[in-house]
Amino acid sequence: MTALTSPRTSPRATRRGDGARDALLLAWRNYQHHVRVPSLIVFSTITPLIFLLLFRYVLGGSVTIPGVEYVDYLVPGVVVQAIAFGATQTGVGLALDVDRGITDRFRSLPIARSAVLTGRALTDTGRNLLVAAVVLGAGFVIGFRPDANAAAVLAAVGVAVAFGYAFSWVAAYIGVTVRHAESVHDAGFVWVVPLTFASSALVSVDTMPAGVRWFAEINPITSVADATRALMLGNPAGGPLLRSAAWIATLLILFVPLAVRAYQRR
Amino acid sequence: MLTRAHATDERLAADPAAGSPAGPGVLVEGITKRYGARTALDDVSIDVPAGSVLALLGPNGAGKTTLVRVLTTLIRPDRGRAIVAGHDVVARPGEVRRSIGPVGQHAAVDEYLTGRENLTLVARLLRFDRTETRGRVGAALETFGLADVADAPTATYSGGLRRRLDLAVTLLADPAVLFLDEPTTGLDPASRHGLWELVDQLAADGTTVLLTTQYLEEADRLADTVAVIDHGRLIATGTPDDLRARLGGDTVHIRLADPADLPRATGALAELGATTAAERDLSGIGVRSPDGAALLPTALRLLDGHGVSVTAAEVRRPSLDDVFLALTGERATPATDGQQPTPGPAPSTGRWAHHHHTRSNP
Repeated sequence: MTALTSPRTSPRATRRGDGARDALLLAWRNYQHHVRVPSLIVFSTITPLIFLLLFRYVLGGSVTIPGVEYVDYLVPGVVVQAIAFGATQTGVGLALDVDRGITDRFRSLPIARSAVLTGRALTDTGRNLLVAAVVLGAGFVIGFRPDANAAAVLAAVGVAVAFGYAFSWVAAYIGVTVRHAESVHDAGFVWVVPLTFASSALVSVDTMPAGVRWFAEINPITSVADATRALMLGNPAGGPLLRSAAWIATLLILFVPLAVRAYQRR
Repeated sequence: MLTRAHATDERLAADPAAGSPAGPGVLVEGITKRYGARTALDDVSIDVPAGSVLALLGPNGAGKTTLVRVLTTLIRPDRGRAIVAGHDVVARPGEVRRSIGPVGQHAAVDEYLTGRENLTLVARLLRFDRTETRGRVGAALETFGLADVADAPTATYSGGLRRRLDLAVTLLADPAVLFLDEPTTGLDPASRHGLWELVDQLAADGTTVLLTTQYLEEADRLADTVAVIDHGRLIATGTPDDLRARLGGDTVHIRLADPADLPRATGALAELGATTAAERDLSGIGVRSPDGAALLPTALRLLDGHGVSVTAAEVRRPSLDDVFLALTGERATPATDGQQPTPGPAPSTGRWAHHHHTRSNP
């Protein structure tokens, strides 16, 4: 029984950079779930594709947005919407880990306090990148023709995915506070649906009634959808980009400590 | 509490690991934890000297798991102090985590990963380098008999295999203090005995072990000290023999071929100097003894010498229920406080049934 009689060597002390290393290890672990349970990826991809087709071919015919083909307006919006939904999975994943009992293992290991949450947010960000690529690809098939060059399209995806990472921390906070996995799933759905619909993601905010329009204009999804769209369509993107950056920073500053503290306490 | 008197000073003298104030054992002083109006732990104090095995014995909902969660830094106590492996669980949880191995009631393994991947993930999170990780993972797979299933997803493992993997993962870090929360609940007899042997070996190697159990038999088999807990309070601490002695020990039941022999049998057994009583149905006689198995041959010889014919004899050891009955005057009815109901693992008896050691007439 070599393992039992080997000399007792405590794991080495924490060093700078260990937090990132721990988070990447845990992201690898979550990534394995996606590889082994492909339905996790399939369903997070199919939902935005259905939205894309519904809005393009069912509702899109009666939507007119001045100065732009609706399909060109729609595709960047669906990318952002898909990423917002993808980010809510961070909360579900964390709650499922609690249900499965593995969270106690991670919490009793001498690893960085934030590593489990960061790892989960990184996994979902990686999946969001994939989902964004699939939605864009499908967009091209149904007639999306961005005016900007490839670099600008990549930058647009970058903004949306960065926002998704910040959004993952909001979802993480909900996930560790609500705990029960199915409730977390519903809790994610309940606020992201109105948030993505009462925004500029799918339709212009100009036709909304005053109260909704006011909400839509301060909605972070609007800022990110406007920035993503402006970059993809080659329009001036400065204002929405600044607002998006401000939102990303604000969400991270607020929700990273909140989520880590809630995770540590439960 | 019984153990508070010989706290830190005596520990220092007995502890070979000089330099660490409380040694690598566990010292619990006045720990209290409340959940709303419910008191889960009420002023609990326990001393587990380094290298010893303590069994925390109690029914569901007694507070066993809550205490383990406090000691493994998963929850903070409301009051009191706990030193694990020389570190305060509230003030220095990081240091505590570096020295402990917690094993929960439910295997904390990732079911989508293989056994090898589970071990590798945790070894890497413990900051072992790649070479060290490969060596330790390989050794752990061998030691715990997991080599054959190393590359199969954990979801395909049986309950016993999963527990073994869980333990293997925990022991990767060579913890100085091992916490086992109901380690054999739900295991088949073979896996149970395997686990008992492992605990023996770990204790022999100097690991301090704190385990919780609902089974007196398990506490008896493994522990140097048994702490009985009920409704969040520690109600008794002592060696398994101490506890049994408090109960008046075992009862030897002897069934007679002819009930008419009862007076003659009682007379013959009077030579033992033990308390005897006729069975309620007058079919036999019961003899109390601290060690029933040792008394049995003598008793049978005496009866034989007096021409009393015996058809059966058995030694009954006290059950957890007897312990509770003796200590609290209450039956140890399982409470429900959110803990999972667990299937009884005892090979032939129910959870609250007596453990029989039946012997045939020689």
